[in-house]
Amino acid sequence: MRISLGAVSRPLESLENKTGSWAVKVPEIDVDRCIGCGECYMCCPDLCIEMVKFEERRFAKIDYDYCKGCGICSEICPANAIEMVEKVIE
Amino acid sequence: MKKVVRGFYAVAYAVKLCKPDVICAYPITPQTEIVENLAEMYANGELENCKYITAESEFDAASILVGASATGARTFTATCSQGLILMSEVLFNAAGMRLPIVIVNTNRALSAPLSIWNDLQDSMALRDAGIIQIYVEDNQEAHEIIPQAYKIAESTMFPTMICMDGFKLTHAYEPVELLDQDIVDSFLPPYDPPLKLSVEKPLTFGSYAPPNCYMEFRYRMHKDMLKAKETIERVFREWAEIKRDWGGLIEFKEGKTVLVAMGSLMGNIKDVSEKLNVGYMKIRTYRPFPSEEIRKSLKDCENVIVFDRAVSFGYEGILSMEIRNALYGESPSIYSFIVGLGGRDVPRSLIEKCISKVMEGKAEKYSFEGLREFEEVLY
Repeated sequence: MRISLGAVSRPLESLENKTGSWAVKVPEIDVDRCIGCGECYMCCPDLCIEMVKFEERRFAKIDYDYCKGCGICSEICPANAIEMVEKVIE
Repeated sequence: MKKVVRGFYAVAYAVKLCKPDVICAYPITPQTEIVENLAEMYANGELENCKYITAESEFDAASILVGASATGARTFTATCSQGLILMSEVLFNAAGMRLPIVIVNTNRALSAPLSIWNDLQDSMALRDAGIIQIYVEDNQEAHEIIPQAYKIAESTMFPTMICMDGFKLTHAYEPVELLDQDIVDSFLPPYDPPLKLSVEKPLTFGSYAPPNCYMEFRYRMHKDMLKAKETIERVFREWAEIKRDWGGLIEFKEGKTVLVAMGSLMGNIKDVSEKLNVGYMKIRTYRPFPSEEIRKSLKDCENVIVFDRAVSFGYEGILSMEIRNALYGESPSIYSFIVGLGGRDVPRSLIEKCISKVMEGKAEKYSFEGLREFEEVLY
C-alpha cells in the first residue's frame, strides 16, 4: 500500500474506490419501460449511468461499482422504469 | 540594525525578509497590524514576486493559502482567537495535506464572553490538529523565529504556527535587532517542494481514504510529527550558530522547585526565579511536545509548578495535564495554577504567592489564582 505525503493522488486513482459498496438499495432498470430519454443520465450525481444502444434502441445502464443508491434516477424517471431494490450482499 | 518597533513590525519585517510568495489574511485584533505592515510593504513594492490577497474571512484566508501552498508557494497568514478557530476546519486539512503554511497567532482569549485580551486558549484548541506550535517570549524571539519557522515548516512539511501573546507582545514597543536580508538568505533556501499542483499536472491533495488506509496516513503523520523534533532542534542549532542561541525545544534552569510556563509570562517567571532562587522551564515547542526533555530535566526536582493560561473545562489547566503525563511515574509533586485568563495581569507578586502556597503545603492539585470576589446572579 502506498501512503503518500499529504494523501496526494494522481488523476483517475479514485477509480480504485468502489463507492458502490455503500449502497443499501440500488436502481434496477425495466428495459421494456425505458424510453431512452436520458433524464437519469443527466441527473445522476455520481455519473453512474451510461446510455447504451441495443438493436436501434437506447437504454440506461447503471454502473454498480460506483452507484451509492441515492435513488434520484428512480424519482425522476418519466417512464417509471427505474425501481430501487434491496441490494443483495453476497 | 537595532530599532524600537512594535511586535507587529518585528514579525512583518521578518516575514518580508523570508520572501513569501502569497500573503493572505483577514484582520482581527490584536493581529491586524502585522498584515497591515505587510500590506504597506506590498504597496510600496518592497515585497517582490509576492501576491497579497485580502480575504473575506479567516476561513477564506486559510483556504486560499492551502491552494497557494499546494502550488509550491511560500505562504503567510496571521490571526488569533475567533479567527483561528474559524480557520480550524481548513488548518486540520492543511496539516493532513502536509502544507508548510506559516501562521502567526497573536494569542487572544476565546469568546464568550467577548474578550480581545490575551490568554492561550485559542492555539491550545488547535493542539491536536497536526500543526507545529512554537511559543515565543519576547519580540526579538518573535522576529528571529520567523525564518526558523519557514525552515522547520518546509523541512518537515507541517503547517507551523508561531504563538506570540496578543497585546503583551504585539502592541509593545521594544528595541529589536532587525535581521539583515543576507543572513536570512543564507539561512533559508527557496521553497521548492517535490510535488506541486499545476494545470499541467493535476493532483488531488488530501484525497479520500477509506477505513482500509486512513489509519496509515494518520500514523505516518504522527511519526513525522515526532521526528520533527529532531528537525526543529537542528534548525534551532543552525540559527544559534549564525545568530543567537535561544535554546532547544525547552529552555531550562535547574532548581528544587521549577516554574513551568510558555510565552511572554516567562519574563516575570525568570525574574521571580532569580529573586527566589528557583528553577524555571520555558516550553518553546508545544507541538511536537518535548516530553523526553521535560522528563529528563524535571524528574529529580521536588516541586513542579505549572502556570496555565488555558483551561480544559471539566478537567484542569491544559499545559499541566501534559506535564503530568510527561512525568508519569516520576516523583515530583506537580501543581497547576490557572492564571491570566482574558488578559488578567500576572504580576510577580502573584507568582510568588503561588510559590509560597506550594511551600506552605496549601496548594491543591490545581487552582485558579488571581480571581476577584464575585457574586453569581442571573443577569
